[in-house]
Amino acid sequence: MSATSARPSPAAQPSGSAFILKKALISALVALVLFSLMIGIRTEAGPQGGLIYWTRFGDLAALVGTVFGGSIIVELLRQWWGPVDKDSIVPKPVQSAISFAGRWLAPALLMFALLVPVIFYNQRYILDLSILVLTYVMLGWGLNVVVGLAGLLDLGYVAFYAVGAYSYALLATNFGLSFWVCLPLAGILAAFWGVLLGFPVLRLRGDYLAIVTLAFGEIIRLVIINWQSLTGGPNGVSGIPRPTMFGIPLTPGDDGLAARLGIEFSPTHRLVFLFYLILAMALLTNWVTIRLRRLPIGRAWEALREDEVACRALGINTTTTKLTAFATGAMFGGFAGAFFATRQGFISPESFTFQESALVLAIVVLGGMGSQLGVALAALAMIGGFELFRGFDQYRMLVFGIAMVLLMIWRPRGLIGHRAPTVFLERNQAISSDLVKEGHG
Amino acid sequence: MSGDHILTVDRLMMRFGGIVAVNELSFAAERRKITALIGPNGAGKTTVFNCITGFYRPSGGAIRLAHDDGRTIQLERLNDFRISKQAKVARTFQNIRLFPGMTALENLMVAQHNALMRASGLTVLGLLGLPSWREAEQRAIELARTWLKRVGLLDRADDAAGNLPYGDQRRLEIARAMCTEPALLCLDEPAAGLNARESGGLNELLLSIRNEQGTSILLIEHDMSVVMEISDHVVVMDYGVKIAEGAPQAVRDDPKVIAAYLGADEEEAIAVMESGT
Repeated sequence: MSATSARPSPAAQPSGSAFILKKALISALVALVLFSLMIGIRTEAGPQGGLIYWTRFGDLAALVGTVFGGSIIVELLRQWWGPVDKDSIVPKPVQSAISFAGRWLAPALLMFALLVPVIFYNQRYILDLSILVLTYVMLGWGLNVVVGLAGLLDLGYVAFYAVGAYSYALLATNFGLSFWVCLPLAGILAAFWGVLLGFPVLRLRGDYLAIVTLAFGEIIRLVIINWQSLTGGPNGVSGIPRPTMFGIPLTPGDDGLAARLGIEFSPTHRLVFLFYLILAMALLTNWVTIRLRRLPIGRAWEALREDEVACRALGINTTTTKLTAFATGAMFGGFAGAFFATRQGFISPESFTFQESALVLAIVVLGGMGSQLGVALAALAMIGGFELFRGFDQYRMLVFGIAMVLLMIWRPRGLIGHRAPTVFLERNQAISSDLVKEGHG
Repeated sequence: MSGDHILTVDRLMMRFGGIVAVNELSFAAERRKITALIGPNGAGKTTVFNCITGFYRPSGGAIRLAHDDGRTIQLERLNDFRISKQAKVARTFQNIRLFPGMTALENLMVAQHNALMRASGLTVLGLLGLPSWREAEQRAIELARTWLKRVGLLDRADDAAGNLPYGDQRRLEIARAMCTEPALLCLDEPAAGLNARESGGLNELLLSIRNEQGTSILLIEHDMSVVMEISDHVVVMDYGVKIAEGAPQAVRDDPKVIAAYLGADEEEAIAVMESGT
């Protein structure tokens, strides 16, 4: 209590009940305008193909009422809470908690990840889900290089995922190359496309960069759809070979892994193998990124995010620095794409829509730009958490959206909003996110 | 002009559309000396700086940099990062441009980018963590430590640059520029916003850089106490042209300079200039 009483009273802010009511009324009005068409009127294609619609004014009234009431409650809570401190220095308990979490959370998560196939061996659903989560962890870590470290907003990341997936699918189905040969090739090809994208956008910043990368993602998808002779167009590529355990197939046949080990075949073996494969690939991404951050190139990426003009004054070639960031991020995207192709066995352009780019970007932003642990946690929350809301049926997206909005209010700079320095003399202390720039593109 | 000149600016022109910001400016900076470029606001000093450090491409004229080893580099043909990388010209900015989210030490490590890039075998050797890379990194940290000590920021090495007080940020920016091991250090108003004690410390720092490192310094400054105390040579600009040049004392007593600074009206200024020449 002493802490709150010590603060200057928020006398400068209007706080009367009239003010609260006015604010709530405005919120309710906005909600009414927004929801009148979205909720109030429902349209559907009728049996004859004509448009039929019916009204749901009851639901609309309930929602607007909720917004009105909620707005009053939020405002009352805010006044009860008092003004939020804006310290640029991280408070001590938070710092110690962060360092504690940094020390124990990551190893604990890693141990848990290693044990997932053992614990959930018989739960195919969980194994499938954890493979999906790990795929997004890897994609998030890859995009983190571009967005989080170099500060270049990339809305077309899915393009590299697609390039990787199609590289493996086409090389494997046309030339019979194995997964382990194609994996590096997929990475190299994606990196090549990353550089190709990098060149035209070098001079662009911020919103302009975002729009061009968004267009690039769409171009790749449209080329895949329309280049029927090579990619099979909207039909996709099917019959993509499954990965082998260094040449030993995971099949029920005589030369399969199960037969060679003398154990009974189970389709779970392949799932477990895929799980460890994507775990290893994700950890490789993480390891390389952590190493790169401590190398001059990684520091140059972060410096670029902080101040591009100062970088040029220090003799840093910003062109190659940006291109390497694009290429590195794209390469990891390509690896993940190759894995996606071998896991699914079938790929089509539908898997590489803008929604995927947005999802991966949301993971990076939610995790806290530049933080490896944050990105992993965000992927877990976004992909795994989304599954948790299955019980809400049709309201799943709504609940999920609200959860994200609340999270961003609570932690505007992401789950882990602190930057760890790459080198230190005496004290390894986290830097408050208030000081870290987001980059200008 | 006699003496050993590190920088020779020869009839430099800079036009922005119809506006002539710098008009046929010629001056030279001596090696291992501090040259000050002064003038009223809007005289074109920062434009000259931006031409020298490659942020602008001059509309005309030549800027020559003569290195100790006899190499001469035409700065107007280089641009952007190459000025710092190849010609070894470092600069600071009028409004400090540190990397605020990185620590003071990291700021100085970024400054050694090109040397470290070579040592890390363009990242490959560094990624593998070879001993040669580790030694190079250790040397870089030592160089950074030396400079942090010289600007009095050793105990704040692990603090975010954005959290440092204003005066510390100014000194850190100079240390960062020095970590690129420049032949010519260009400082854009290094004493701006400093109090008397801090600008005294700055004078000592700049003199020690000149005397110990042998780095030539070119500085823009409004603070006359700094200019008069440490400059070896002063060039005065007004409206894009040079109006006076010489030793600090001589420049201070020059009627044209006084007219420019006191904002004499045009006719009066012309009268003063004509009487001066």
